[in-house]
Amino acid sequence: MSALLSVTGLSVRFRMRQGRHIHAVTEVSFDLAAGECLALVGESGCGKSVLAAALLGLLPGNAQVRGAALLPQGPDLLSADETTMAKAVRGRQVGLVPQSPAAHLTPVRTVRAQLEETVRELTGVRRAEARTAALEAAERAAFPADHLDRHPHQLSGGLAQRAATALALVGDAPLLIADEPTTGLDRDLVEHTVDELRRHAEDGRGLLMITHDLAAAERIADRVAVMYAGRVVEIASAADFFGPPGPRHPYARGLLNALPEREFTPIPGNPPELGALPDGCAFAPRCTRVAKACRTDTPALVEGTACHFPLERTAPAGAGAGATAGMTGPRVGGGGPR
Amino acid sequence: MSGRAEQSNRSGQPKRSGEVPALALRGVTAGYERRAPVVRDVTLSIAEGEAVALLGPSGCGKSTLARVAALLHRPYAGTVTIGGETARGWRHRAPREQRTAVGVVFQQPRMSADPKLTLGALLTEPLRACGRGVEARRLGAELAREVGLDEELLGRRPHEVSDGQLQRACLARALVLRPRVLVCDEMTGMLDASTTAALVAVVERYRWRSGAALLAVGHDRGLLRRWCDRTLDFESAGGMTDSGSGGLRLRRAKDRPLKGAEHARTPRPPDTTTPAS
Ligand code: SF4
Repeated sequence: MSALLSVTGLSVRFRMRQGRHIHAVTEVSFDLAAGECLALVGESGCGKSVLAAALLGLLPGNAQVRGAALLPQGPDLLSADETTMAKAVRGRQVGLVPQSPAAHLTPVRTVRAQLEETVRELTGVRRAEARTAALEAAERAAFPADHLDRHPHQLSGGLAQRAATALALVGDAPLLIADEPTTGLDRDLVEHTVDELRRHAEDGRGLLMITHDLAAAERIADRVAVMYAGRVVEIASAADFFGPPGPRHPYARGLLNALPEREFTPIPGNPPELGALPDGCAFAPRCTRVAKACRTDTPALVEGTACHFPLERTAPAGAGAGATAGMTGPRVGGGGPR
Repeated sequence: MSGRAEQSNRSGQPKRSGEVPALALRGVTAGYERRAPVVRDVTLSIAEGEAVALLGPSGCGKSTLARVAALLHRPYAGTVTIGGETARGWRHRAPREQRTAVGVVFQQPRMSADPKLTLGALLTEPLRACGRGVEARRLGAELAREVGLDEELLGRRPHEVSDGQLQRACLARALVLRPRVLVCDEMTGMLDASTTAALVAVVERYRWRSGAALLAVGHDRGLLRRWCDRTLDFESAGGMTDSGSGGLRLRRAKDRPLKGAEHARTPRPPDTTTPAS
C-alpha cells in the first residue's frame, strides 16, 4: 500500500541574528500509511511542533526547509507556494487540530458561524446542509450543542480545543495533523478527543499526532516516533514501545520511565540548545551509556533506533526474540558502553 | 490526624490541640458571579508537611479554589487560614506575611510570566517586591540550581526558552520566599513526562527540607496519586459544562493509605543535592 504521507530528509533551520542558526528539525524521514496513526512524542522544544508547521506551510519567514513531504496526489508540502497551501491543501488535504485553539478561532464570531462557514468554504454545500454538517462535526468533537452560539472567549480551554477539533474535522481531509490536541484537557476528555481522532484514521485516513502525552499516544497510536533535539531517535510499533520489549533508545526509555505509572524518575539534565548542538549524539551529555564514539559520530537511524549502543529489547516470552537478535552490538568501533 | 476534608465542618478549630493545619479552607463559596458560584461550601485542611491533591475535570472550579487558597481570589463566603491565622485580605491587600507564606505555580507559564523580564529577574521578583532585592543575585543562582535551570538561561526572556524551562523559573519564583504552603495548579499540564517528574522532584525536595504543605490541583489521577498523600475528588453538580451554572462540591475525601513499599511515592531527594540535615 502506498503511503498517505511520505517525508524524506526533512530539515528546518531558522536564521537568527549574527548569522546564528537554530537546527529545529534535522533529517527526519517517515511514512504514514492510510488508516495509520503515528504519534510523534518528545519534550517541549524538541522540534516536533516545528515539524508540524513545516508540513502545513506555516513556518515563519526566517525558516529554511530541506527535504520532501509528498501526498499521493498532492504537491510537495515543503515546496508548494502559500496560495496552493491555502487554497488546495490546508483544510482539504491536510486538516490541523492546533495546539493553541485561541489563535485558531475567530474571536468575534460564534463557534456555529465558524463551523458553518468552513463547511461552505470547503464543500460548497448550501446553508441548510452546512448547518447539519456543522452540528455533526461539533458532535464528533464532543463539543456541546448548547454552547455552539458562544464566542471563543466564553469557552474554557477544553471547550475551545474541542471547537478547534471540530473545525479540523469538518473538511474531511485524508490526512490529519494534531499538534498537542489534548493539552489542558482532563483525562476523560483526552480519551474522548484522541478516540475521535483515531476514528478519523480508521476510515482510511492518516493521523499524525504530535504530543507530549505518552498515555494519549499509547491509547491510539500504531507507531511511535520519539524526537530529541530535532531528530527522530526511535521509531517503533506502539506495541513494542509501550509493551514488554520497550524502547531501545536510552532517551526514549528514560522518557517512558519518567511516567508516574512507571518509575517517576526524571532524565537528569536538560535538552541541548538547538542553536548549539554538540558534535555526535545530542543525548550524550545526559546518557548513562555514553562512550567515546557517541561524542564524535552522530548515530544514524538504523532499524528504527538512532543510537550507537541501543538497549536490548526485553524479549517478550515466546515472540520477537529473533527479530532483534544481532542488533544490540555496537555499530561503530571504539568499545561498548561503559 | 488532622488534614481530613469534610463537607461542612464549620467548627473552625483544629481537631486536636497543638495541630494547627498549614492551610485550611472552611465553608468556602467562590466564583465570578455571586448567584452562580463555581465552588460551594468547601472545607478542607492540610497538615504541615502534607500533600493533598484536588482532582477534577477542567472548568470544575478547582482552579478557583486554588486561587482562593493562594489568597488571589476573594471568596463570597468562608474563611482561609494559613498556619492558623485567618486571611485578612486578598491579592495585594493580603498582609505581606500571609501573602509570602503561600507560593503558587500555574499551568501556563507564559500567562503568568512578564514577557519583558529575564528569567533571572522573574524568579527573584518576589524578593524585590518585599524589599529584599539585595539578596536577589545570590538566591537567584541558588534557586536556579535547585530547579535545574542552567545559569546561562537566567539572562534570557520567556520567548527565548521552552515551556519546560519557563515553568522551572516559575516554580523557582514560587519557592524564593520559602513558603510554608505551596499551591500547584496544573503545574505540569503542558509538560512532558521527564520534565513533569523533574518538577515534582523539585517540589518534593523542597518540602522534604522545609516541611511545607502542598495543595496540588489537576486532572491527572495517576500523577496526583503518585505524588500526594491524599486525593480529593471534585464532582460537578451541573454536568459537563464550564459555564459555572452548576457549581462544585467536594465529593469525598479519599484517604489513600500507603501500601507497603509504595511508601516512597515520590522520587526521594537525590542525595547529591540534599544537604544533610
Ligand atoms: S549510547 Fe551514545 S549514541 Fe546512544 S543515546 Fe547514548 S550517547 Fe547517544
